[in-house]
Amino acid sequence: MHWNEIVTTVLLSLGCVISFSGSYGVIKLPDFYARLHAAGKTDSLAQLLIFLGLVFVTPDLLTQIKLLLVAMVLLITAPTATHAITKAAHLDGLRPWTKSERGGRP
Amino acid sequence: MSHVYLATAVVLLVGAFMLLYRAIAGPTVYDRILATNAIGTKTIIFVTLLGYISGRTEFIDMAIVYALIAFITTIAVLKYIEKGRLD
Repeated sequence: MHWNEIVTTVLLSLGCVISFSGSYGVIKLPDFYARLHAAGKTDSLAQLLIFLGLVFVTPDLLTQIKLLLVAMVLLITAPTATHAITKAAHLDGLRPWTKSERGGRP
Repeated sequence: MSHVYLATAVVLLVGAFMLLYRAIAGPTVYDRILATNAIGTKTIIFVTLLGYISGRTEFIDMAIVYALIAFITTIAVLKYIEKGRLD
């Protein structure tokens, strides 16, 4: 393996782990805001890692620029969409989950 | 190198199906929107990886278009839910 393939493998594996942990958190966490916290951050980081990893094995300059363009577009739009969802839920009156509501100690 | 792309694509697909459970069973409508948004991001990465598996990197153009469409869709659905109309 060349060094660039090793770098790509490491970055793609890291992106896999982060993306899967985000999906698992969306299933497992108890509250909408906690699930948003799991999904919103992991998505941005995982896509950045995977697209950066793919840049290293691309020989073509135009394709590299396109990959970075997709990563930049997602890096701007994904947090914006997450912020819009949070704002809509907050304006709708969704309250955060607290421990005392479910019978635990406050 | 194709094995790495394939493994990444499979993990993304499993994650998308886990998010699909939340999109179907979510208690509030915002859970569904959140899960759909995350599935959209995973689809963009998945399409790009499919292009690398089959050796056709032109698939990235589709990924760019899908990124823009997914963002517009999320904002439009949120605006519709928030205000009840789209104008």
